[in-house]
Amino acid sequence: MPRIIVCIKQAVDVTQIRADPATRRLITVDAPRKISDIDKNALEEAVRMKEKLGGEVTVVTMGEDGAKTALREALAIGADKAYHLNDSLFQNTDTRVTSLILGEAIKKLGQFDLVICGETTIDSFAGITSQRTAERLEVPLIMYARSLKLDGGIVTAERALEDRNETVRARTPVLVTVIKGINEPRIPSLMAIMKASKKEIIIWNAEALGLSKEKLVSTLEITEVLAPKMERRKIMIKGENPADIANKLAKALIKDGVVGK
Amino acid sequence: MTMMSEAEGVWIFSENNELTLELVSKGKELANKMQTQLAALLLGSDIQSQAQHLIQYGADKVLAVDNPRLKDFRAEPFLSAIASVARQRAPSIILIASTRRGKELAARLATRLETGCVPDCTKLDLNDQGNLVAERIVYGGSAMAKIAFHTKPQIATIPPGTFEKPTPVAGRAGQIASVEVQFEEPKTEVAEAMQVEASQTKIEEARIVICGGRGMAKKEDFTMLNELARLIGGQTGNTRPLSEDRKWFSEWVGLSGHKVRPELYVGCGVSGVIQHVAGIRDSKVIVAINKDPEAPLCEVADYVAIGNLYEIVPALIEALKRELKSG
Repeated sequence: MPRIIVCIKQAVDVTQIRADPATRRLITVDAPRKISDIDKNALEEAVRMKEKLGGEVTVVTMGEDGAKTALREALAIGADKAYHLNDSLFQNTDTRVTSLILGEAIKKLGQFDLVICGETTIDSFAGITSQRTAERLEVPLIMYARSLKLDGGIVTAERALEDRNETVRARTPVLVTVIKGINEPRIPSLMAIMKASKKEIIIWNAEALGLSKEKLVSTLEITEVLAPKMERRKIMIKGENPADIANKLAKALIKDGVVGK
Repeated sequence: MTMMSEAEGVWIFSENNELTLELVSKGKELANKMQTQLAALLLGSDIQSQAQHLIQYGADKVLAVDNPRLKDFRAEPFLSAIASVARQRAPSIILIASTRRGKELAARLATRLETGCVPDCTKLDLNDQGNLVAERIVYGGSAMAKIAFHTKPQIATIPPGTFEKPTPVAGRAGQIASVEVQFEEPKTEVAEAMQVEASQTKIEEARIVICGGRGMAKKEDFTMLNELARLIGGQTGNTRPLSEDRKWFSEWVGLSGHKVRPELYVGCGVSGVIQHVAGIRDSKVIVAINKDPEAPLCEVADYVAIGNLYEIVPALIEALKRELKSG
């Protein structure tokens, strides 16, 4: 019966972020956090697979204390076990370090058939930690799956690249990244949420993973994060009726030289 | 890992040679600042003429791995070849086009070389220490982050269409070096592959984009937007919910879809969530046609027309027909 590991991230809800208009700095402290959207699809896919084939779903997250709410939610959605990788050394990591931590944790969890990750997270939108983790684990990688099947130790996924659609196969263990369209994540029932609140969350720190400070040095430094300048004219086209508005708009676009070249 | 200094300090690569050409100008600019050379990596089978092509477009050098195993793109052979060349020659910077394959490759390569990787960079420069500083969109378009590298090689991926191809110079001289490498076998098997018909023109290249959003009641109503687009030489696009929720289309304009920067963008019934705005931000002129003056798109538009798009768009078509005829 398959052992499936899902990596999730508790991310800032990007739709709730505000910027200070004067400094263009982001105000993220009070922005709500949630499981990053596509990570939920990854989890849903794992839980569906378990419901069909049996086995076990383990969810792993790296994050600060607050990230345990994401694990609670994952348990309510259907994960069996939850691991929280939490250490002050795990702050401000780049994808090299994050993948190192995830890789060590997954190795420590022992044998698995599948690791499922979302293709990217809503906050950084980088979409590269999964590939790096697959390299750490030295397992086959299938990215951008829009369908996923596990049968007799063979993983089959359909995926779209820019120029072609592929059906890709690999022998387990495999790391797969999924896209948002792969499924519609369920909303856990109140009963499931109650049950999940009683489950144990296991915390692993750097020492538990055999990672020293020297190994966790970031290769990158974020030097600035600012809201982009949006200096637009914001001219309200006013008119008596739609035809009048349309006339004025047409004239303005021609005058700007963007229409009628 | 200590890196020896080498003549070809800046490398560019894409499995799609047309996209490698888009990286030439930026690569060259960085190489000049570093007083080093620009080398294009070329992997494939029977690639002599493509090597010449890269030199005509401005590469100082082509590092060519010519092998039948590289005829079609497979991650592991390509990855092992590039990692092998990089270990032999220790480049400072590697720029890779952000295709789906390119992003797989860049991230895995960075891991093998124990170095940093910054994906989807829209701006690149060097800081006072001579390290690459990349700019990219984060937080769903709410912010731009500047990220500085510490380690080498410094691997960045660049979305297609970010930089323009330079003009080729016929007969331009450059060196083509053939490199011997070790290959790994693919770890996955492609059981089936179906070529996707590329749309005739890419929306990234459109001079004008007419975009429909949730204010569009029916898919058939795009006829109206198509007519407007045809009239002024543009293309139509749509927002993500029309594809993801209503299943009208397979693609969309926005941060997670096609990022566009036309001369003119017209949002028809587009509310303008931040992820969509992040995909159109660099448009020269932005127009919002919306019944709701509070729609976020109105905040980032040059012209705002408030009203029923089903009245304004047909009226705009008529007005433009008249103006363009008389003009």
